[in-house]
Amino acid sequence: MRTVKTAAIRDAVAAMLSKCTIDAEPFITDSFEKALETERNPVARGFLEQLQENYRLAGQKRLPICQDTGCDAVFVELGQSVCLEGDYIEDMINEGIRRATKEAYLRASMVKDPIKRGNTGDNTPAMVHYEIVPGDTVRISVLPKGAGCENMSRIAMLRPADGIEGIKKVVLNAVVEGGGNHCPPLCIGVGIGGSFEKVASLAKAALLLPFNERSGIPHIAELEDELITMINESDVGPQGLGGDTTAIGLRVLSCPTHIASLPVAVNISCHALRRATMVL
Amino acid sequence: MNERKIHTPLTRRDARALRAGDRLLISGTLYTARDESHKRIIDLLESGKKPPFSLRDQIIYYVGPTPAPPGEIIGSAGPTTGYRMDSFTPRLICEGITATIGKGVRGPEVIAAMKEYGAVYLAALGGGGALLQSCIKAVEEIAFPDLGTEAVRRFTVVDFPVVVAIDSLGTNLYERNKA
Repeated sequence: MRTVKTAAIRDAVAAMLSKCTIDAEPFITDSFEKALETERNPVARGFLEQLQENYRLAGQKRLPICQDTGCDAVFVELGQSVCLEGDYIEDMINEGIRRATKEAYLRASMVKDPIKRGNTGDNTPAMVHYEIVPGDTVRISVLPKGAGCENMSRIAMLRPADGIEGIKKVVLNAVVEGGGNHCPPLCIGVGIGGSFEKVASLAKAALLLPFNERSGIPHIAELEDELITMINESDVGPQGLGGDTTAIGLRVLSCPTHIASLPVAVNISCHALRRATMVL
Repeated sequence: MNERKIHTPLTRRDARALRAGDRLLISGTLYTARDESHKRIIDLLESGKKPPFSLRDQIIYYVGPTPAPPGEIIGSAGPTTGYRMDSFTPRLICEGITATIGKGVRGPEVIAAMKEYGAVYLAALGGGGALLQSCIKAVEEIAFPDLGTEAVRRFTVVDFPVVVAIDSLGTNLYERNKA
């Protein structure tokens, strides 16, 4: 047994959120530069140049990339040989969010009740996903996500006969119907298989994968390439106003499913994909 | 970049001269309002009371900024999705609003009001909160402070970049493939 203090988990959550809401991963800013080499639409080019300036200013002035600093999904992969010590883990995760909200001047964007509303004032609670894994470490990831793109995410329970063409249609429709609400150029997580709840969590978890890599399953890797090509030919473009740059990244996670099912979920992220992972 | 500078107030005649695809740099005054503040402004109008600012020839910016860090007058302040305000916008256009700034598509009732009275929908960079913050030179909270980020604020802006997404003829850049 190895001991991990839940206070360390709190500190990790606070540090990761404070940083990732302000400093983008290089792959995002690099992708704007790359898109400008080929983008033909003048309005789209203007937006891509503004995006470069936005990310530069955010880092320089220590301002969040986007004012919607999001609803925080937190993924905990808990090694089964770990003994957690200290206050309850989920309370400590939420304490980390409170701390980041104050220290990094994040916007309070969570309400207490989906119907009666009422802001919680500190961005809590997190949407926490736990997984027990082999080993003696705790891997913790944060994925704060704005509502503009989360609201454009979709789930479809297809018939097995709909096959790969059906899957492609679901993904493309989600992107096109989003118009500009989801703030393209997008990062897209796709889940295929499993069950109703499993496929949604696969799509979200796909947003934590490296976007410059491809699936280790050959036909899924091929699908990833086909989907991103198809999406970039859709002319949705940056902000939905047309252009060659609609998605900068797309990953697919798949898993076994029922003989009668073909679940598909599309979790859309805006260009400001904010995420971080630490291993304790 | 082919951007045209415009100054507020924006009259209905000015608004009618704008065309979908025009790239503008706005200087002057923007009023901020989003979901709950829209509801309150409409409630005031419905009960025959004055709105918190004169609506004639003014521009509403859909934004809920982050808190200002030390040394800044406001935090990140990019646009929020426009369609959530669709049920309120026709009334505001009728009362004198000539432009709204947001991101994403608008509904047919908004476009009909834009055509009838002379108004435009302007798209600012979604996820561009740091860039747009740098165009805001003064901030004054003028109504509903209890709403926090949703309070109505008067922004003084210089060269605030937008694209005309839908013009007063109903030409709609979001629908360009469906024409």
